[in-house]
Amino acid sequence: MQALTNRGKSVERKPMTLLERLYLPAIFKGMAITFSHIFKKVPTIRYPEQKRPFAKVSRGLQVLNRDEEGRERCTACGLCAVACPAEAITMEAAERQRGEEHLYREEKYAAKYEINMLRCIFCGLCEEACPKDAIYLSETFAPSNLQRKGFIYGKEDLLIPNPLTHPEEYNKAKGEKAPTTK
Amino acid sequence: MTLLAIDWGMLVEKLVLIGAIISVSLLIAMYSTYAERKVAAILQDRVGPDRAGPWGIFQPLADGGKLFFKEEIIPNTSNKLLFVMGPCLAMLTAMMTSAVIPWGNQIHFNLFGIDRYINLQIADINIGVLFIFGVVSLGVYGIMIGGWASNNKFSLMAAMRGASQVISYELAMGISLIALLMLTGSLSMKTIVEQQIQGRLWNVAYQPLGFLLFFICAFAECNRAPFDLSEAENELNFGYHQEYSSMKLGFYLFAEYINMFISSVIMATLYFGGYDMPFVNEANLSVNVAAIVGIVALMAKVFIFIFIFMWVRWTLPRFRYDQLMNLGWKSLIPLALINMFITGAVILWRQG
Repeated sequence: MQALTNRGKSVERKPMTLLERLYLPAIFKGMAITFSHIFKKVPTIRYPEQKRPFAKVSRGLQVLNRDEEGRERCTACGLCAVACPAEAITMEAAERQRGEEHLYREEKYAAKYEINMLRCIFCGLCEEACPKDAIYLSETFAPSNLQRKGFIYGKEDLLIPNPLTHPEEYNKAKGEKAPTTK
Repeated sequence: MTLLAIDWGMLVEKLVLIGAIISVSLLIAMYSTYAERKVAAILQDRVGPDRAGPWGIFQPLADGGKLFFKEEIIPNTSNKLLFVMGPCLAMLTAMMTSAVIPWGNQIHFNLFGIDRYINLQIADINIGVLFIFGVVSLGVYGIMIGGWASNNKFSLMAAMRGASQVISYELAMGISLIALLMLTGSLSMKTIVEQQIQGRLWNVAYQPLGFLLFFICAFAECNRAPFDLSEAENELNFGYHQEYSSMKLGFYLFAEYINMFISSVIMATLYFGGYDMPFVNEANLSVNVAAIVGIVALMAKVFIFIFIFMWVRWTLPRFRYDQLMNLGWKSLIPLALINMFITGAVILWRQG
């Protein structure tokens, strides 16, 4: 049979010499190699204490944004749900009542907003689709859970803390990828 | 203190010594499991266990606790008595060998009007080396009984392999030891150590080949890699302890580490001067200081050997069964015989 490349090497099948049959030289060579690994640097990252920084382009968990007055930006237009290729987003809209102007920015808001994190592929199309800068992908990821229903994130999981009442939590949750447009 | 023709002081002294030696061997075996994981990690550029306590030093306690709380399963079809006896025998034989090992010279204490010199050896019998051999041969019964009583083909196969391996390597081990015994002229461990202390070089200087053979056979006797055929996970599921769970499994695993510790002690005693600290003349020190120096020296040698055991395990792949038998019968035994003949010839020639 003709060889496909000229890189092939024929295997030598001659019997082992006495030195090879003693195994000892090869054993000492191997032991020297493993011993040299004692002095090598350990590449382990001790996870909960040490974390590797995310890449600039990484996309993580969704965050429902608020404006600077602490009002929810989302108007429940449903563009994100339409854009979502994995059909992970569902929502129910509701009308803003009188006296709720400090809670919701527009006349219509999302009464229910759910993302199924098991379906989500973190493509970021919801963020691109959103006309109100109400949703963006942050630097964290969904922590593990024992049940499927634990991965369906509702508004209470997604919504960013209020910047007026909880400024510390807000700054912590905001991250570096929050949209800058007003 | 002599009542009913029994020296009660000696009885108490020996019981305390037995208790101390057993607890120390168990402690060292316990921390050998930790050291094994740590050494493996370091040789493979990993971190190893480091969560339980500082540097993970409570890891063996956590492992032991876990094993104790596991469900105790005895298979329906097994022979119950033998099934329980297997791990007990493995543990017993592992511990019994320590009886004839001299752990140090003597300690002297003068308390409450009792003035005693205590030998740091449980029994200085004049056939110490023979006793060790007898007990080590018994160790194979632990494997064999465990594998057979499980009533499982793979366990039985593993046990058979283990037994044939231990029996084959015992031969080479014995013959390499005969050369040493011709040199020392004594089977008592204490005498062998004292000969090495008194001015002469350590026995390894006279018997380098014998030591190497003994060392290789010790690996096989302990069922350690590269000779751990009896627990070849990928070929035999888990070997002879496949059906075992909970602390019975723990005993088997533990016996392996005790065996490793004891065989390190035996090698240090027979070939590396036992409790002899090099470049220190123990006779100039006070009795108790000399004993402490001796124990420290012995333990240092033992820890080096244990490290080598682990180092080899994490370097070498397992031997194939035919390679194992070829090495044992066609290489080690002839070499041991040659070593024995040369030693005998040299001794005769020097006698004139």
